[in-house]
Amino acid sequence: MDLALILSTLDATIRLSTPLLLACLAGLYSERAGVFDIGLEGKMLAAAFAAAAVAAVSGNVWLGLLAGIAVSITTAALQGAAAITLKGNQLIAGVAINMLAVGLTTFLGIQWFAQGGRTPQLKAGERFTEIQLPFSAELSGVPVLGPIYADLISGHNLLVYIAVIAVPITWWVLYRTRFGLRLRAVGENPKAVDTAGISVILLRYQAVLITGLLCGFAGAFFSIAQGSGFGNNMTAGKGFIALAALIFAKWKPVPAMFTCLLFGFLDALQIRLQGAEVFGIGVPVQAIQALPYILTVVLLAGFIGKAVGPKAGGVAYSKER
Amino acid sequence: MSTAILKPLPRWADVVLLPLLNLLLAFIVSGLVVLAIGQDPLAALNAITTGAFGNGYNIGYTLYYSTNFIFTGLAVAVAAHAGLFNIGGNGQAYIAGLGVILVALPMQFLPWWVTFPVAVVAGAAVGGFWGFIPGWLQAKRGSHVVITTIMFNFIAAAIMVYMVVNVLKPPGVLAPESAMIAAEGRMPKLGTFIPWFRNTDVNFTLILALLCLVGAYILIWHTRFGFAMRALGHNPTATRYAGMSNSRIIMIVMTMSGALAGMVAVNQVVGVQYRLVLDYVADAGFVGIAVALMGRNHPIGILLAALLFGALYQGGNELQYVIPGLSKEMVVVIQALVILFTGAMEGLFRPGLQRIFTTLSPGQKDEAVARNTVKSES
Repeated sequence: MDLALILSTLDATIRLSTPLLLACLAGLYSERAGVFDIGLEGKMLAAAFAAAAVAAVSGNVWLGLLAGIAVSITTAALQGAAAITLKGNQLIAGVAINMLAVGLTTFLGIQWFAQGGRTPQLKAGERFTEIQLPFSAELSGVPVLGPIYADLISGHNLLVYIAVIAVPITWWVLYRTRFGLRLRAVGENPKAVDTAGISVILLRYQAVLITGLLCGFAGAFFSIAQGSGFGNNMTAGKGFIALAALIFAKWKPVPAMFTCLLFGFLDALQIRLQGAEVFGIGVPVQAIQALPYILTVVLLAGFIGKAVGPKAGGVAYSKER
Repeated sequence: MSTAILKPLPRWADVVLLPLLNLLLAFIVSGLVVLAIGQDPLAALNAITTGAFGNGYNIGYTLYYSTNFIFTGLAVAVAAHAGLFNIGGNGQAYIAGLGVILVALPMQFLPWWVTFPVAVVAGAAVGGFWGFIPGWLQAKRGSHVVITTIMFNFIAAAIMVYMVVNVLKPPGVLAPESAMIAAEGRMPKLGTFIPWFRNTDVNFTLILALLCLVGAYILIWHTRFGFAMRALGHNPTATRYAGMSNSRIIMIVMTMSGALAGMVAVNQVVGVQYRLVLDYVADAGFVGIAVALMGRNHPIGILLAALLFGALYQGGNELQYVIPGLSKEMVVVIQALVILFTGAMEGLFRPGLQRIFTTLSPGQKDEAVARNTVKSES
């Protein structure tokens, strides 16, 4: 493989990793606070639809992004109400959210835009376009490093850079702030947090709303950054890969980034290998597609390393007995 | 406790009233959505009802959908009794199709009543295997069965695409599907015997589904193993002290759950399509979650809930022809709301209902107060 091919594969890796990373970090907040979230997929899908619909109607990409985030946060609040206040089953709440998103986005899409559930094709000002970092054109002549800077680091849309910045921010919030300490504590031992006079309910709601915010970015990435419009079920299970990545990264922000890059790379590779014979034998594309899931199952089973989630995860907190 | 003293709901309220209230709420919210987009919810409901029960043809299709939902509902319910949440019904039902088609094609020239039982066993075996692995991983390695079964749904999908496209697809066929079962080996549909059903997809697998309901009832409430699994669901520590092997129960239950989900493949492959196509499960596994929640994990409840969702799916199909603009995804919304309200928002109605019941029956209130006092004094 020559440099150009490697670069374009890595470029695709970054693009494909972005929504995974955003969704994965989203899940991290909620699960670290002790609320299991298998509804990442649904929140992303709802955000993708809202972002594309509003961007198409208003002609403004920022309004689209805001709408996506608003819808995602609302959905997260609904899930939070079920899982935190009403002490319902967190997993079932997630399933319901996913299904609700699939149903409502298609149903409303068909009704509003009459294009079989798709939103109108977005024009130039209605979606996020590539940002050229300074000097990328000038430096592209420099051997090796030039193309890496110009093609790989520069030339992505805004949401890609937001995802990258979200990693150190999440790390800082989680490990260097009072809020982060409390967040981690509430996922491990809510009783202790409660005894210290801090509201478990409030903390968990904050975590769930941050999850909603990040899922909003992730969903908007699909429809108004990577794509130019919403298509039926366009998140295509990426929320579950993000969930797998979260487990694979053992609920830590920096490993989450590397895991998402790995899973994104597998995805890019799989697209590249489509129909191609590699190393003399045809590697089934499906094998690469299934690899993230298989790796997660293997890791979860403790065959390589061991993934242990937050101890209080999945259980609603009851103050008194 | 400072809040009012509440006694548990009477059984009929828990089993009948609460699910119906939740269903009603789901319908009202969906109705509001329909209203919000400028359509008439009552007309939509009418179209769904007519589309589901209007004539023999409609009822035939309703029963065909219900067949699938009985299987997936039972799959969720059996696991739920043991305290396990099997979210992998989709994958188990999908991969079971491999087993079914791999026995059905070689046996295609035999009479259908020879092939059918073999196909059932093959589907149960493969679906059961796909449930067994997560069960085994939960029992022996401690991995969470929910996460594993989600992953297994996707792994199953990848395997099925590979198998259908690269292995089962006969040369010269463009569509991604296996060869057809020869005409003489196909199982006739019920419409052949009962002309009222016409050429609908309802077939003998419906009878199998009803037998599974009875079987599940006997298994759960009238066998030693059923007792063990319910005990595990209530208190894993107790079963361990009672000398039962929790991991053995988990593995058997997950295998049975997967086998039940696998029966969807029998209905689809041997009963309806006569070949293996992609994505034939169409999320029946997730509908099973709604069915089991609505049906309170009891076979009678599951039968009724499966009929309800079968009717919604069939009615939803007809809906788009009656009212242009209203698509069948309306049904997915209703289903999601049912799962949300019955499964995750139990706390919405239960405390209120308990309060009403406690106030309405003064004698029982005294009793509840007395019991509560005893508890707090001891």
